[in-house]
Amino acid sequence: MTQATSKPRNADTARLSDALPNETLLKWLYDMQLIREFEARTMQMYQQAKIGGFCHIYSGQEASAVGCTAAVNHDDPIVLAYRDHGHALARGMHPAACMAEMFGKLAGCAKGKGGSMHMFDKPNWLFGGHGIVSAQTPLGTGLAFACRYQWEVMETAKKRVCLTFLGDGAIDQGAFHEAQNLASVFGIPVIYIIENNGYSMGTAIHRHTANCDRLTMRGESYGIKSIEVDGLDIRNVYDQMKPLVDECRDLQRPGFVDLKTYRYQGHSMSDPQKYRTKDEVESFKERDSIANLAAHLMAQEDDGGRGCLTEDDWNTMQKDIRQIVMDAVAFAEQAADPDPEKELSTDTYALPMKNLSPSENYSHGTKNPLL
Amino acid sequence: MAKLTLVQAINQALDHEMTRDERVVILGEDVGPNGGVFRVTDGLAAKHGNHRVQNTPLDESGIIGAAIGLAVAGMRPIAELQFEGFMGPAYDQIVNHAARYRNRTRGTITVPLTIRVPVGGGIHAPELHSDSPEAIYTHSPGLKVVMPCTPYDAKGLLLSAIRDPDPVIFFEPKRVYRSFREEVPEEDYTIPIGEAKVISDGDDLTVVTWGASVFECLEAIDNLPDDVSIELIDLRTIDPIDIDCIAQSVQKTGRCVVVHEAPRTAGLGAEISALVQEHCFLHLEAPVQRVTGFDTVMPYYKLELEYLPDAERIGKGIAECLAY
Repeated sequence: MTQATSKPRNADTARLSDALPNETLLKWLYDMQLIREFEARTMQMYQQAKIGGFCHIYSGQEASAVGCTAAVNHDDPIVLAYRDHGHALARGMHPAACMAEMFGKLAGCAKGKGGSMHMFDKPNWLFGGHGIVSAQTPLGTGLAFACRYQWEVMETAKKRVCLTFLGDGAIDQGAFHEAQNLASVFGIPVIYIIENNGYSMGTAIHRHTANCDRLTMRGESYGIKSIEVDGLDIRNVYDQMKPLVDECRDLQRPGFVDLKTYRYQGHSMSDPQKYRTKDEVESFKERDSIANLAAHLMAQEDDGGRGCLTEDDWNTMQKDIRQIVMDAVAFAEQAADPDPEKELSTDTYALPMKNLSPSENYSHGTKNPLL
Repeated sequence: MAKLTLVQAINQALDHEMTRDERVVILGEDVGPNGGVFRVTDGLAAKHGNHRVQNTPLDESGIIGAAIGLAVAGMRPIAELQFEGFMGPAYDQIVNHAARYRNRTRGTITVPLTIRVPVGGGIHAPELHSDSPEAIYTHSPGLKVVMPCTPYDAKGLLLSAIRDPDPVIFFEPKRVYRSFREEVPEEDYTIPIGEAKVISDGDDLTVVTWGASVFECLEAIDNLPDDVSIELIDLRTIDPIDIDCIAQSVQKTGRCVVVHEAPRTAGLGAEISALVQEHCFLHLEAPVQRVTGFDTVMPYYKLELEYLPDAERIGKGIAECLAY
């Protein structure tokens, strides 16, 4: 097993995250627990057929979304694959808007049109979940290209970077190779974060990609600075991501991150998971990112911890979060369904035109004088 | 007023819009110093800089994907694909992403992207360099599709396309690129997307076509007896189809022939036939006739002219429709 191998750390080395205030780390804990709880309810709602289509659960990978988001600014755009609820919440999307989206309700972040795989939140610079594996990678390159152009040519923005997330299954697609090549040749500040959970749907990484122990060679071969990150420890994610983000922002160059993580649930809700053992899943749960961060915050400073969280605080936080997510579900339940008269024919075009379907009269046939 | 070819008119429109709007950037294979495979972007890199006229690797998926990213970030990208066959590698980005972004995000994110693509046969090239895939993209909600065939229309429609907030596929009939010149004003003007043009008035039969076929139709009409009066419509925009213009004409003539280069089955001729029977059923004197390419792969140049609808086949189609 090559996943999430922890590198030995020199205890004397100061960690970047050690300099952050307690509030920041407590917020990380809150955000990760919010995602964990949200996904637990999402599974329930899916099983009750309240959520349509396909649903990909993020549980286990929380340290990636929260840690990476912590390393960038709010106006640095983020592009996602389809396992995207966690990033949406980490970016600040309201859980009710996220849940309502999956319920197909008008109050969803995209008025219930996108669903689980298509979380968008423009005010939070979240440019979407994408349902086609790897198709988002050249798009992230283009967004970052715009960031550089708007800084360098138009002088309308400061230096920004674009985080583009993809799974380890997506690295096998041609689009990703085109994206990396473009980014390096043009000098584009995009950071590709491979959330390497060890499986391309139901196929283990050593069966789906060559040289899987050294994915960073892929990025390096395109002249892209590439790092490997233990993605189960959020403090480590921040410690390694922050300098990379700063460097890519400063130099306006791309980055490549093999972020080793693990998903507790199947690829999607309909995955029988015949490709792995329960023991394997349990072994990763022993290194759970949320439990570890909570333990660190509760441990006293003498023991290398922060001593800023009591058992009671932690229980209260979990209880509050449980309520927030239950409220999100209740909100999604009672929210209005889309009106077919309005919603079937709107929003496909920014500039609708006569004879352009869908128009207000979205069936051409109704114009037939014989009908 | 200068007389320009189609290539020169498009070049002038690009130059004009790059000067007017700093958000406009061009991406494509060899579009920089070389000016692209058909030299349409000639001189633009020298004038506006290589950073605005970006030579890309040979990666259509990457080009269109990056152009979508630029568009959603508020830029006005223009992507050039060298040939219509090369839309294949970019199909995912065009149809699954560019076309659907606005709907998927319920109007919060739009894709103001123009994709320029040389299209059609008649230059002795093989398949993938001579195809006519306009129906495929017309069948994909979220895109607008235009195909002007004259220099004047090309400049006006390209400026409309670049300024349009939606993704527009701008097909350029490569057979017409340098085949003739006409007067093109230097100043800013636009031709609205979605408006067809009646090229010649007539009372006996309506011919609907677009792209390079317009000129074959003109020749076919020229060969007809003087007492036959044909109304010729150049669609100019494929999607949205100007059915009002077609219906007005067919309600007058009662007969309609559709001419296109693409294969017949499920081509745009089928859609136009359906629209005509919806709008003109009680006026029709004859079934709508289709004169099209055959249901096969575009042949290499020895058989190219057999495949493309020429004046003779179009004339025959008109005669059959008139005689029904």
